[in-house]
Amino acid sequence: MIFRVFKKEELKHLFDVLAAENRIIGPVEIGKDPKGDPLYTFNQVSDFNDIRLDYTTTKISAKRYFLPYREDLATFRIEGKEWDKDIDYNMESPYIFFGLHACDINALNRLDKVLLGSVYPMPYYAAKRKNMFIIGLDCIPQPYCFCRSMGADTALHGFDMFLTDMGEQYFAEILSDTAFNFLKNIRTEEPVEADHIHYMKIIAEKNRKFTARVDTTDLTKILDMEFQSDVWRQWGKKCLACGTCAQVCPTCYCYGVEENVNIDLRGAKKTKMLYSCNLIDFAEVAGGHNFRLERHVRLKYRYYHKHRGFVEAYEESLCVGCGRCGEACLAEITVPAVISSVRGEEA
Amino acid sequence: MDTKLEFVDIFGGKEKKYHRRQDLSAFEFTYKAEITNIHKLTQSENLYRVQILDHEERKKFSFEPGQFIMLELPGIGEAPFSISSSPSRHGDIELCIRKAGNLTNFLSRVERGTRVGLRGPFGTGFPMEKMQGQNILLIAGGLGLAPLRAPIAYVQENRSRFNTVDIIYGTKDPSQLLFTYQYDLWRADDITLSIIVETPDAKWKGPVGLLTKVLEEMFKKRDDKFFKNTYAIVCGPPVMFKFVCTMLNQKDIPMQKMFVSLERRMHCGMGKCCRCNVGSTYTCLKGPVFDYWTVMNLKEAI
Repeated sequence: MIFRVFKKEELKHLFDVLAAENRIIGPVEIGKDPKGDPLYTFNQVSDFNDIRLDYTTTKISAKRYFLPYREDLATFRIEGKEWDKDIDYNMESPYIFFGLHACDINALNRLDKVLLGSVYPMPYYAAKRKNMFIIGLDCIPQPYCFCRSMGADTALHGFDMFLTDMGEQYFAEILSDTAFNFLKNIRTEEPVEADHIHYMKIIAEKNRKFTARVDTTDLTKILDMEFQSDVWRQWGKKCLACGTCAQVCPTCYCYGVEENVNIDLRGAKKTKMLYSCNLIDFAEVAGGHNFRLERHVRLKYRYYHKHRGFVEAYEESLCVGCGRCGEACLAEITVPAVISSVRGEEA
Repeated sequence: MDTKLEFVDIFGGKEKKYHRRQDLSAFEFTYKAEITNIHKLTQSENLYRVQILDHEERKKFSFEPGQFIMLELPGIGEAPFSISSSPSRHGDIELCIRKAGNLTNFLSRVERGTRVGLRGPFGTGFPMEKMQGQNILLIAGGLGLAPLRAPIAYVQENRSRFNTVDIIYGTKDPSQLLFTYQYDLWRADDITLSIIVETPDAKWKGPVGLLTKVLEEMFKKRDDKFFKNTYAIVCGPPVMFKFVCTMLNQKDIPMQKMFVSLERRMHCGMGKCCRCNVGSTYTCLKGPVFDYWTVMNLKEAI
């Protein structure tokens, strides 16, 4: 692994040279919440000053750039009895992600396992994923962050370069040749032992700031044992089945497909829309039978998929512990609270 | 220093020649096919004969009994259907479809010659080769006969490789019986066919009641040795196969020698959309055919 340090003001230069030739997505402030705290989102940016490198967590994840909420899978040209199918993976030019936190990078790594690493890899996702240049950025743990419990507080791969704020300068971890070459545009230095010590101090400080946690010990087994537990019904009573959690989640990838005929009757569209397993008709089949009619059953399914099924298949949870679902939930249902109640721990 | 990122073509600019399940191009690949015949089976079910248009593709299309395809009507929708015909007919398949939703109601109104799209085959099949030399019990409730028709055809074509073959079939009333024109042909191939209905009409002369009644009578007639060498394939509504499989297990047929086919909502067939998940198992990848042991271990399957 190659490390570099550079002065903070150099980052603007790096942004400017990259922005001149590429599309850049970064965290920006788009308003304030009722408490007066800033609201952040990922948007396309062209001015370095618009990027908020001190952002906490964006309300919604960056997934609209690699798993759009609505995406055409195919279009059809229809002429009489004949039709032709045209497939477009909806990606024209690469994106640079400027300042993704470790949880969001890990979210991509976990999505890769199911969307690229399994049978039937998804070309729509692949086209976007292969055209991403990612600059990671360290963060300050918020009260709702439990990424450390989910093994997502450190990004080991899946980025090109990762920056850690060290006060006067940035400590850069370089993973790709492209990133190495990009850095030739600015003044960087080889880190010295003092920088290493400084870096380790910062990481240790960060670790002390985590307050939320989830006990994942034997969780797959416990979820199986407690499948009939009454706690699910309790949470089901609170849940509004609105699907907000899936919308803000960086790893929720479930979807539905819909086809529509164009108004001129000479074409049609096949459209994929992200869905949520909490919505009532998620598992309803033709003829009206619904395999998950009750709200608590759907809420439970969501936890089973994230914390049991995915672990069984890929040896890690699909949840990265970003805490977005709990923050966005109108019924104030949070992952740490649900898991601890299933484990029979007192709230 | 060059700072423009190069666009990555996921196919490396190469022509998409193959559509194997590990290839990116397989995802949205559709065979163009034509509905060559529509056979009205009952008030609500039709048998569609669907043929892949390209001769080469049709020959290469192969599947196992129990697997399913996604049938697409551009602009109307796409849904999963079990293949109801013999694998030896390759890409000239038959689909038994009930009018139940948007797509199937539309299908019930189309004419011969309609062009449709086919994707697949997907999922698991019944392990017919493993069953060789054994007795086979094929048990169907209602529309459950549709996915069973593929293994039945396989057994007919390879009759010498199987011992005693029984079909036990139950429906609500005689008007819902599917494939009535084939019963004599099955019997001619030395397959014992027992049919039972819940509500008889004036003309009905056969037994009345639930499937389990036929099974109970069979249990009296056959000895333990018979069940020791028996595989069972059970298709139908979950309540039905739960009762049937529990009964079969009492006769010491191991759960791993009983197979069921699960029905679930599906939007992709390829382990991506998550709509078919049972607990956290993809019905489209690990199923729809599961052995009963696996089903027992799946949360919320039955």
